[in-house]
Amino acid sequence: MSLEAFVQGIGILGPGFSDWPGTSAVLAGRREYAPAPAVLPVPSPLPPTERRRTGRVVKLALAIASEAVAHAGAASEHLRSVFSSSGGDGHNCHEICQALASEPRDISPTRFSNSVHNASAGYWSIATGATPASTVLCAFDGSFCAGLLEALAQVSVDRQPVLLVAYDTEYPEPLHAKRPVPDAFGVALVLTPKRDERSAARLEAALEAGRADTLRDPRLEALRRSIPAARALPLIRQLALGEPGRVVLEYLDVWNLGVEVAPCR
Amino acid sequence: MRPLVVRAFTAASCLGQGLEQTLAALIEERSGLEPCKFETVTLDTHVGEVTGVDDRALPAELRRYDCRNNRLAELALRQDGFDETVESAARRFGRRRIGIFMGTSTSGILQTELAYRRRDPVSGGLPPDFDYGATHNSFSVADYLRRRLGLEGPAAVVSCACASSAKVFATARRMLQADLIDAALVGGVDSLCLTTLYGFHSLQLCSPAPCRPFDVARDGISIGEAAAFAIVERVSDGTAADDVLLLGVGESNDAYHMSAPHPEGHGARRAMQLALSDAGLEPGDIDYINLHGTGTPSNDRSESRAVSAVFGTATPCSSTKGATGHTLGAAGALETVIAALALRHGVMPAGVNTAQVDPTLTVHYLTEKRAAPLRRVLSNSFGFGGTNCSLILGRAA
Repeated sequence: MSLEAFVQGIGILGPGFSDWPGTSAVLAGRREYAPAPAVLPVPSPLPPTERRRTGRVVKLALAIASEAVAHAGAASEHLRSVFSSSGGDGHNCHEICQALASEPRDISPTRFSNSVHNASAGYWSIATGATPASTVLCAFDGSFCAGLLEALAQVSVDRQPVLLVAYDTEYPEPLHAKRPVPDAFGVALVLTPKRDERSAARLEAALEAGRADTLRDPRLEALRRSIPAARALPLIRQLALGEPGRVVLEYLDVWNLGVEVAPCR
Repeated sequence: MRPLVVRAFTAASCLGQGLEQTLAALIEERSGLEPCKFETVTLDTHVGEVTGVDDRALPAELRRYDCRNNRLAELALRQDGFDETVESAARRFGRRRIGIFMGTSTSGILQTELAYRRRDPVSGGLPPDFDYGATHNSFSVADYLRRRLGLEGPAAVVSCACASSAKVFATARRMLQADLIDAALVGGVDSLCLTTLYGFHSLQLCSPAPCRPFDVARDGISIGEAAAFAIVERVSDGTAADDVLLLGVGESNDAYHMSAPHPEGHGARRAMQLALSDAGLEPGDIDYINLHGTGTPSNDRSESRAVSAVFGTATPCSSTKGATGHTLGAAGALETVIAALALRHGVMPAGVNTAQVDPTLTVHYLTEKRAAPLRRVLSNSFGFGGTNCSLILGRAA
């Protein structure tokens, strides 16, 4: 069975990237890349009581998921989802570890609820009313490919549309020194088994042992290397170019993921 | 769906280390819960701690992975000849054709909690021996197992709170159907840590007593730890009469609340219905249900409503968390192993610690074990974030 899917919508956010139209202009070479700290919007789909409880990782995931779903014209409440992230909410984790290393060891219930790796998926389903299956993955630096592989397997095997949301945010010190993710970056894709008038490109993927692609622009390459979710950039660039091509994305030490990209228009 | 063969399995929990001990404890209706003496924790609660975890050293070349979670994984790997079974599968299928999909909720976060006590007094930095990627990161246990067992197929950790290691079966099945692999090592490993002990305490969800799921006086969970593993393959590679099959999987989301279940159990109900339709079965085809049954008033009420809505009130069911504690990210895999033992040995485990079943919970809850030939068993796993997964297992013959 070949792993294939059609890209219906894209959402993206990161340092110097605020949405797909702007990012695609940069990645296609039509606009200069201007690095700047990622700006994360207030998660407007959430009710105000829940909104107050969310940290950067949830804001990021909800923003890119919302953009991808809107771009795809999809009904979010009927979409399955695959979330993938190398770490959870680093700031929340730091606060918990700090509290547990002091006395009294009190941590707030909200901090604890938000500490689960699937917090973003939980808030997304609460925000959108999405009840279909959702899974949340981690494969350290290979987390984007683990998510893409799972999403493509769901589309190909179960013949259902899937929302893929891959994202990472930074840890504060002292964890930052041990896991130096510099900023927030995330990319979301709505993938479907059937081509329609909204399809932007067809993807066909296979595991392969060859070397992963790098990016020619040193600043974009630094971004690709420093934030796990940005390992998606060679694929996103190919989609921005709107040209057929093949990219190899970094996954595990043994395997990378080769993706054939064929634009639909 | 096409069923999968659950070729081999093992589990370590406070109930027992390996299948023989686990089965004996289930048959003797024992609980492994004890007053909490873990680390420096002073909470008035019971825990399901696995004995001897700290003594289980990792191979020297994998020392950077050293943390309680990976020690627990190593301990379970050496039971029931499981590591040798993995090796023979690797020889049969090839190392690149075996995937690893592990569930965990907190991974090796204990290592970070301990490192925060040893911060440099001047710089505030974490100690040089602390290795985030190999211990704390959620992927740590899957990465450890890849290296320890020399498996080179696709790998990922599923971290969906307490449904994590049920959902790994769904991921493995898709990877098999997509022909990316020929077999998968699946399971869950979650170990005691301060985050979960103090966290559940902050939510007032921990019982001071050993937990009593479905009891009229139930007052919260007991946290446990476990490692449980299985090898799953396609049925086309042959089955033996004693084999256990994975017949169906159902996954859903509550879309309701981060830490509370839907009061009517809508998501849980949907997961069970999807598992049944996936397996091509009717509710009456299920002989026993291993409940999620955590022992909190709201969780058990919600699950009872969901089970009654799908199955009526006659299907025997119980939660084994009174025996094992709630092993969080390992619970799905641990209870899959318990369901497999139930099928293989014809025993429905008792819900231990439960003295008087809550009369408002209408399911047929077993407070004593029951011997009966079982053909099909359903196992429920639900988690924070409203994530639900139901699995159906059956006998090959």
